[in-house]
Amino acid sequence: MRSVITVVGKDRTGIIAMISAMLYKYNGNILDIAQNVLGGIFTMMMLVDISELNIPFDRFVVEMENLGATEKVKIHVMHEDIFNAMHRI
Amino acid sequence: MINTKDILETINMIEEEHFDIRTITLGISLLDCASEDMRRLCARVYDKITSSARDLVRVGEDISQEFGIPIINKRIAVTPAALVAAGCGRTDFVPLARTLDKAAKEVGVNFIGGYSALVHKGYTDADRALLDSIPEALAVTERVCSSVNVATSKSGVNMDAVADMGRQIKRLSELTAADDSIGCAKLVVFANAVEDNPFMAGAFHGVGEPETVINVGISGPGVVQAALRRQGEEANLTQLAETIKRTAFKITRVGQLVASEASQRLRIPFGIVDLSLAPTPEIGDSVARILETLGLESCGAHGSTAALALLNDAVKKGGVMASSHVGGLSGAFIPVSEDEGMIAAIRGGSLSLDKLEAMTAVCSVGLDMIAIPGDTPAEVISAIIADEISIGVANTKTTAVRVIPAAGKQAGDSVFFGGLLGEAPVIAVNPASPLLFIKRGGRIPAPIHSLKN
Repeated sequence: MRSVITVVGKDRTGIIAMISAMLYKYNGNILDIAQNVLGGIFTMMMLVDISELNIPFDRFVVEMENLGATEKVKIHVMHEDIFNAMHRI
Repeated sequence: MINTKDILETINMIEEEHFDIRTITLGISLLDCASEDMRRLCARVYDKITSSARDLVRVGEDISQEFGIPIINKRIAVTPAALVAAGCGRTDFVPLARTLDKAAKEVGVNFIGGYSALVHKGYTDADRALLDSIPEALAVTERVCSSVNVATSKSGVNMDAVADMGRQIKRLSELTAADDSIGCAKLVVFANAVEDNPFMAGAFHGVGEPETVINVGISGPGVVQAALRRQGEEANLTQLAETIKRTAFKITRVGQLVASEASQRLRIPFGIVDLSLAPTPEIGDSVARILETLGLESCGAHGSTAALALLNDAVKKGGVMASSHVGGLSGAFIPVSEDEGMIAAIRGGSLSLDKLEAMTAVCSVGLDMIAIPGDTPAEVISAIIADEISIGVANTKTTAVRVIPAAGKQAGDSVFFGGLLGEAPVIAVNPASPLLFIKRGGRIPAPIHSLKN
């Protein structure tokens, strides 16, 4: 299963490092990254293979959301298919 | 990978614009539970529901978390109870309602629909018994929803049933007076009821349906309104209709995705996606506000019917290509208590019962969640039903009435139900009497255009 992880927040150093460290910890494999900073707002989309996660998916989502809350960025973890359904015919 | 703009659009719809899947409704046939003995029937019904729906809530929650889309309700629709219990004859049906309630609680669904009868041409003994039991059944249960189909375009209007339902609604209002007559929020009177409607209170599992089936109801008035607002004041109505179609397409695709996932995981066939725009009492999730965004000062203003017709049509056109099977009610809902903009329009004096009735001619589903004075006579309620049902019969569409005579309250007072059911200002009814018209009974013949063979 592949998830899209989005991170939105005020730009600062170490955001990508923090997220990728977390993915490494839980054995998520980053397949693609798109990232930009517009007007000081950091936005990143990651396509992540989560089929080999070493914790249950629901806990992974909570861990990522908690990380976002502590680091004051908004993190969403959503199945890739919802975006494919909505934006691809 | 999908581009950033699209991903953020989806997230924004969910986070800011109240996009959600309103309901996954599991239809269950109870025909095989039939028995001559009510106790045995109830035991079979309980077993069938609790085993068929065992995983429904868990699977709904799993999908919700994986896809990041809220799925608000998990519900059950069953075969109309009057058919299931027909073998029991003229008996007390309330134990069956209690059983449905208990089964709903056991599997964790918030509503179970199908305490229903189809009496558009007349009553069987079981229909009679069920109808008489509705007020008590809905007063003593919490999650059971009831519907009665009193007319179809093919058979005309059963005015005896219409008269009857006025009395039953009145009695139900009195029995649940302590809770602002909330019982009436769980009872719908239909014309042309559909067999695969996933929305409450009118959901039931029709006899043409399979053993079990998954139907999904989407939502998204907030998403449509936000998309329209972005078009600004310069856009003409053709452009706005296109915007609605595009938006409806996107939200329906998610409905289709959730429906197929649920169907696959539960190993239950997928039935339909219902393309209805279902509002909630929250700010920014209102159908009335969409009409206002189209250019009306307030919902109910002249132009509201035209605006709603445009909306309803565009939602269907956008949605129909996004789903392999579209069904249910599929149209914009205009409930009053469940729509913040409708409530405001009534309080502000721009929206009346008559205008609501006119608007139901061009949308689904009918006079919905409207509180009327508690002292409204039964025959006036019946006449409100007769009018609304005739709109459905003459236009070959589903219409319905879910009015709440608020016991002890007058026009201008309010009733509070809480949650998705919201609150409603009590609205005035026409005081002139339709007594003789209702008392006559009989059947209004089917319209000439029903003869299509």
